[in-house]
Order: sequence, then C-alpha cells, then structure tokens
Amino acid sequence: MKTRHLVPLLVFAALAVLLGMGLDLNPRIVPSPLVGNSAPEFSLPRLEDPARRFERSDLLGRVSLLNVWATWCVGCRDEHPLLVDLARSGTVSIFGINYKDQYRPALDWLRRYGNPYVTSGYDAEGLAGIDFGVYGLPETFVIDPQGNIVYKHVGPLDPAVLEEHILPIVRSFEGASG
Amino acid sequence: MSPELGHFALALAFCVSLVQAAAPFASGGGAERRLGIARAGARVQFLLVALSYAALTHAFVTHDFSVAYVASNSNLELPLFYRISAVWGAHEGSMLLWVLILAGWSCAVSASGAPLPAHFQARVLGLLGALSAGFHLFLLWTSNPFERLLPAALNGRDLNPLLQDPGMAFHPPMLYLGYVGLAVPFCFACAALLDGRLDAKWTRWTRPWTTMSWTFLTAGIALGSWWAYNELGWGGWWFWDPVENASFIPWLVATALLHSLAVSEHRAAFKSWTVLLAIFGFSASLLGAFLVRSGVLVSVHAFATDPQRGVYILAFLGVVVGGALTLYAARAGRIRDGGAFEYLSRETLLLVNNVLLVVVAAAITLGTLYPLAYQALGWGTLSIGPPWFNLMFAPFMLLLALLAGIGPHTRWRSDTLGPLARRLRPAAVATLLLGLLVLFLLSARTLGVGLALLIAAWVAASTLQNFRQRLRAGSRMALHRLPRGFLGMTLAHLGVAAFIVGATLTSAVSTERDVRLAPGESHEVAGYRFEFLDVHEVPGPNYEARRALIDVRRNGERVALLAPEKRVYRSDGQAMTEAAVDAGVTRDLYVALGEPLGGGAWALRIHHKPFVRWIWGGAALMALGGILAVTDRRYRRRRRAERRTPAGEAAPALR
Amino acid sequence: MKALGVTLLLIACACPAGATVFEPREWSDERHRQRYHDLIEELRCLVCQNQSIADSDAELAADLRRIVFEMIEGGESDEAITAYMTERYGDFVLYRPPLTPFTVALWAGPALFALIGGTMLAVTLRRRRSREDAGTLSAADRQRAERLIAGED
Repeated sequence: MKTRHLVPLLVFAALAVLLGMGLDLNPRIVPSPLVGNSAPEFSLPRLEDPARRFERSDLLGRVSLLNVWATWCVGCRDEHPLLVDLARSGTVSIFGINYKDQYRPALDWLRRYGNPYVTSGYDAEGLAGIDFGVYGLPETFVIDPQGNIVYKHVGPLDPAVLEEHILPIVRSFEGASG
Repeated sequence: MSPELGHFALALAFCVSLVQAAAPFASGGGAERRLGIARAGARVQFLLVALSYAALTHAFVTHDFSVAYVASNSNLELPLFYRISAVWGAHEGSMLLWVLILAGWSCAVSASGAPLPAHFQARVLGLLGALSAGFHLFLLWTSNPFERLLPAALNGRDLNPLLQDPGMAFHPPMLYLGYVGLAVPFCFACAALLDGRLDAKWTRWTRPWTTMSWTFLTAGIALGSWWAYNELGWGGWWFWDPVENASFIPWLVATALLHSLAVSEHRAAFKSWTVLLAIFGFSASLLGAFLVRSGVLVSVHAFATDPQRGVYILAFLGVVVGGALTLYAARAGRIRDGGAFEYLSRETLLLVNNVLLVVVAAAITLGTLYPLAYQALGWGTLSIGPPWFNLMFAPFMLLLALLAGIGPHTRWRSDTLGPLARRLRPAAVATLLLGLLVLFLLSARTLGVGLALLIAAWVAASTLQNFRQRLRAGSRMALHRLPRGFLGMTLAHLGVAAFIVGATLTSAVSTERDVRLAPGESHEVAGYRFEFLDVHEVPGPNYEARRALIDVRRNGERVALLAPEKRVYRSDGQAMTEAAVDAGVTRDLYVALGEPLGGGAWALRIHHKPFVRWIWGGAALMALGGILAVTDRRYRRRRRAERRTPAGEAAPALR
Repeated sequence: MKALGVTLLLIACACPAGATVFEPREWSDERHRQRYHDLIEELRCLVCQNQSIADSDAELAADLRRIVFEMIEGGESDEAITAYMTERYGDFVLYRPPLTPFTVALWAGPALFALIGGTMLAVTLRRRRSREDAGTLSAADRQRAERLIAGED
C-alpha cells in the first residue's frame, strides 16, 4: 500500500467530519455584527402617544430588552405571554419597536394581549428596523446601560432562551450596578 | 392498488436486494450459478420497486389523500400530468424514483453484460444490490412515502406551483438517471479492485455506461436551467445555488472520467486514476444527495429536511465512499499502468483535461462547502455567490476549451510540434477571421468577452476541421463509416463552443428593463418596440391568471405577440410569474408581468437576451454526442460478435 | 436540534420564488442604472436566503433595493453602500465574500488546487517518459497498443 493511494481516503474523512458538524448547525441564523457594538441611533413616535418620541437615549442607564414585534407576526403572538410575565416580575424593562405595522391594530393588539413594553416605537417604514439589522421577527436585543447591544435573539423567545442566555446577562448588570 | 401493497413491495424489494448483494460473494456454487441468482435478484427487485412506484402514482392519480405524501403534494384540481410528475415532487417520492432508477440500472447491467466474465458481472450486480439495499432501508426507515394520514384529508395541499412546469416535470428523472447511473462505473471500479485485476477490457465495459450517465446528467442539468429561466421570472439560467452545484460537480467528474476512459481504453494508461475518478463520480452524486436532503445548506431547491435523514445519508456516504476509497488504497498499488508517452501527445492533453476538470470540481466543492466550514469553526456566516464562482470557473473552462481544440488533432503516444501546428493552421486562420468578424459585429465590451468568443470560435473551427479531415481520409460515403464515438465527440465539442457563445453573450450584452406601462403605451428595448395592449382574466385549470398582451414590433413589423401571465394558484393563493418568451436563434425576447401600479398601468420586466438559446443548444449537442457515442459500433459489434464467436478486431482502419 | 421553526417566522413569511416584484425606477443617469443592477445582484437577501435582493420578493429586499436606489441617486459610492449593508447585516449579505484572514483559503483554494494538479501532472509526465526509456512495456502490451493505434488513429 502506497501512502499516496491513501490521500483520497483521508480527504474524504475530513470532508465527512465537516458534513457531520454541519448537521448540528443552522445555516439560516445570521449573527448580527451589531452585537458588541453601540446600538444605532433612532427616533420614533411612541405608539401610545405619537406626539412624544422614543429614542436611543431612553434606553441608557439600565439594562433593557428591546423587542421588535408586529401584529402580523405569528411568532410574536407566541412569545408575548412570556414578555408580559417578565414585565410583571419587574426583572428588566422591556422596550418595543412596532415594525412595519398599522397603528390602530397595533394598539388593539396590546390592549387585548397585554402591554409589557415601557414604550413601543412606531416604525411604519421599517427604517429603524433596518438600522438594527432586523430580518426575522420577532427579534430581541439585550442592551446594556451604556447603550451597547450585548445579545441578540432571532425568533420567538422561550423560557429556555430566557433562562440560559438573556437573564444571566441581565443579572450580571444588576450585580454590577447594585 | 393500495398504498400498503406499495409499501409491502418496497419491503420485499429490500429483502431481494439483500439477496442480490450477498449471492455473488457467497462461497460455494459456480460463478455462473451465483451470477444467475444476482441476475434474477436484479430483475425481481426492479419489478417490485416498479410495483411500489406504480402504487404511489396510482394514489396520486386517484387523489388518495389518506396517504400523507399525496395529501401534501397534490390537490383535487391538479391536472393529471402534474399528478404523475408530483410523485417526485418532494423528498419521499423522489427517493422512490431514485431507487427505481437504481434498480433499473441494475437490471440493465444484468441484461446486457454478455461479454463480461460471469464472476465479475455477478460482483457488479452484487455491489449494485448493496447500494439498492442501503437506499431501500433509507426509504423504509426515514422516508416512507406510503405513510397513512388518518383521518384522510378532504383535499391535498397541492404541488408547489413552481414545480408545475414541463421543464420541472422532466428535469428530476433525467438528473437521477445520470446521478444514479454513475453507480454503474462505481461498481465496475469496485469490482475490478476486488478482483485486483484491471485490464483494458474493464475500461471498454465501463465506458458506455459512463457515457450514458453523463448524457442523462447533461440533459438533466440543461432542463433544470431551462426551467429556472422560464419559471423563476428573473431571466437567469444559472445561479450557483448549492443544489445546482450538487448536480454540476458529478457532471464535471463524469466528464473527466469520460476522457480518462478514452486514454485507458486506447493506451492502457492512467488506469488507477480512472478507477479513482469512477469512485469520485458516484461519491459526488451521493454528496449532492446529502446536501439536498440533510438541510446543511440553505437553498431554494432543497427538500424539507429532517436531521435523522441527514445522519443516515452521512453514515451511508461514509460506508460506501469510505469503503470504496479504502479498497482503492489497498489495491491501487497493484494496478499496472502501461503505455508510455511523450510530453506532446494526446495522452498529455487528456491528462491536462482531467486535471482542469478535477480542479474545477474541487473549487466548486470548496465554494459550496466553505460557508459550512466557516460556521462550524465559529467564524460566523459567509455567503459565496456568483461573483466568486464565475471568477473561479471561467478561466479554467476557457483553458479547457482551448485544449479541446487541440487535443483531437494530436497523435497518441508522441507528436511533434511542427506538424501539429501545420495541421492546426487552417483552424487558427478560420478562428481569427471568424473572431474578428464577431468582435466587429458585436463591438464586444471587454477583453474577457472577446477572449471567450475567440476560444469558442477556435473550438468550433478546429473541431470542424478535424471532422473534415477524417471525412476526406475515408472513402466516399464516409459519413456513416466514421465511428460514432468520433461523431459524438465532434458534436459534443461543437456543443461546448455553442455553450461558450451563449453564456458569454447572454451575460455580456443582455438588456433588462423594469418599466411602467399603461395600455397603449410602449417601450423600446434593443431595437424592439414593446406595446402594452391590455390585461385580461384567464381561468386556468387550478389557478386564476391575469394575462397581458404585448405586441412586439421591429421597424414597424410585428415580431411576436407575447402573453405573460400572473397566476394565483387557488389551493394556497401563491402568486407565480409566468414569463412569455419569444425564442430565437440569435436572441430571446422575454417579458414578465409584475404588479398593477394604479391608473391601469402595470410593472413589466423586459429582457433582450442575445444567444441565450445557445446555452441549451450547446447542452443538447453535448447530449446528442453522448447518445451517438453510446451507440458506437465498437460496443454493438463486439457484443454481437462475442455472442457468436470470440471475434478479432472490430474497428476498421480509418486513415 | 435546529431551530427550524425560525425559518417559518421570517418577515413576510414565504419566499415565493417565481413571483418577483419589480419596480420601474427613474434614473438621473444611465450609469446609475447599471450600478444599481450590479449591486443588487451581489447582495444576498436575509429573508429568502438563496436569492439576491434583486430576485427576492421579500419586503425587506424591496426596502433594501429602495435604499440602494436612493443612495446611488444621492451620490454615494458602491463601497459606501456595501458598507451600509455589512454594518447592519454582516458579511453574510455579500455574495462576493471579502478577503479576510478567514477567507484566504477560499480565495486561494482554487489556485492551490491548480498548483497541486499541475505538480502531479509534471511528475506523471516525467515518469511516463522515463518509463519508455526503461522499456517496462511488455512485448504483448506494446503489440496490442500498436494495433490499437493503427486501428483507431
């Protein structure tokens, strides 16, 4: 047996290992370049009071969640009770961006299912969403007291994601500040 | 015919395939006897799979929505033609088609192998049986197409409207005939390695099978591209999508194998390399199946995925390819390559051809799998698209085409530069003249375009010159005396030239316009005036369509009346753009209907695509060449001769 | 386990390939039109992930096309536009992957393959020539080979 005849087998073995690793990955999840960086500036009319603005500066000073939602988004409906419970527990303040939605239905939606948000920005054109690199609703950002994005989750939140990823981050900031 | 019968037939087919796989390797009994069992196994297995396939087709035709697969992929309103093609419209049924085709190839090998030694043929059938068994198990275990849905659905969810197109109906069977056909050379190679003997006969047996698979693969890929062009509404014909790549990689390897078999047959050289290519060919098919069916890559064409299936195919891939390559590592050292040759010889050129094709296949594999590796290593995500692939593909292909013009003129074993150059001179002169003319006519924009056209002209000119020389060398009425293998090569190389012309000109000088037109308004593109006449409602069998009428005129004379449609399928409300195309030898006019823009105006996309037909025309020439080569009398006569007496030399001298 | 559910919940949910929406646009300059087409062909849609934003029917793609249009007409360079996209969505949006330490292997790979192939070719050719010098071809092989040459050439 000559070593050079072994080369194809070795190359194939490496390839098979790679393919095996691939089975455990989700190729559709795109990590955001914004994580670790400062949240983008934005200024949106508030859903409950369009005369007032919701801006980046409103997020500063405490750790917060920024949840991008819409009434047409099925996953948003699924995760909503979780957000309502979280808001009620007072663990963390939750802000919303109402993405590419209609004004009236959005308000009705909050009235019917509960409003966990300190406030929601009304992003009819989706421009703030684009600045946040939003591509699949719902999306949830964890933003630290200095206004940096420390974590992003795409898709509906579930208790596991909350416990394993989001709440530890939130607690670490609480520990630091208090 | 009940689905349970189909399921049962499939389970039986699995058992029979095990017998087919085991018998040739069992001890005891003579070789003839073992072959007899394997042969019978192959035939019975084919009949059983065909029965199973018929049962599924029957369920589709009779709207049996108690079968989950039918309920997900058909609908009461689906026309009969698409109900039959819907069988392979999703994962389970397409896998059944795959298994049917594999059994069919097994059957063909069992029926045709008169000149093969009994024990060798038995082993080939045994290996094919083992492959069948693997796929049967996959179907039965993870992808049962006969699973019941109880209670039955009242109506089905419908076949994806994208697949309701003639191009898509024929594309998968063709492609699978090619993919699965590569299993035959693969099993020939493995059987030969098991024997430890590889002589020129081996290549002679393998070659027609390879050519056949290659022909189907060529036709299948071309059909897929034609479908994308017509159906996706973008006017594109190749997107370097992972699934397209998965079909293209086996094609490249099969093309290399085709050429390397020529050397092995004529000169008994590169035998171990040829065997390796035969292994690579089917391995690439399997890799493609894994990529399409496991969900590791994002693709428009990918089937609904299930990790369990991915794990199975990967394990199967490991056993089959790993086994074959281990066998290769153990036995390749015993293969003795004969046939020395000089630097300048046809062998050298064919070897360069092989290196180029394999390099391109490896590059495309790299580009397809790199995002996966990138993510697996935790570097994030990455997209690799047409800009990268075109850059890596075009230069190698043009170099390859350049050599395709020289290779057939070169002598086996040894040639000298002076006489070779003299032989090529007429073709070179013709190329320059033709090239200059074309460049002048089209005022080609970039160096790359000019170069590509020159190379296409070169391939065509030198191929035709070679043809003429061979024709003159023979006696009168020589055309039918020329070996079909040679005619096949001539057609295929002309196909390459045509393809290069089409691909180059379409990408370089196409015009695309998105316009807003109200009835009565018109827009001019590339000298054609497109007048928007009106839009009216047209009911389809299972969709509602709005059809626009566009009057196309050139210099005031009507060229075509185009009727693009916007369809909304009733079953799921999915909208489809059905482009209207006026096909021509030198250009296509392509109109797609967009959305109404208010005030009676509509958005329209108008394409002028010069020479786009040449892309598929070229592929058709290649496939035709393949058909001719398969029917070469070398194979026919030998078979006939060996059936009667062990005859001597078959091919007459042509000088 | 993959979060396959996520794919179902993407913006505007479905990716109906084959139902492309196209927007007639007014251009101040013909060169802008060409740049626009070249750019949107090379940007990958995040919703319909195997389409460029030129081909994608997703709402996000339409928004991004409009942004590209406005940036071009606003006099921005191609670099500024791709930077705008990558700042928000990462290198994923680029169908032409940037050259970074992590993509060197990708960009150099095919050339490397060609180099390996070329080397193997050169070695093989040299060995083949010397083989004839050594005369390892058996008499029978040679005879048969010559017959084949006579028969086929």
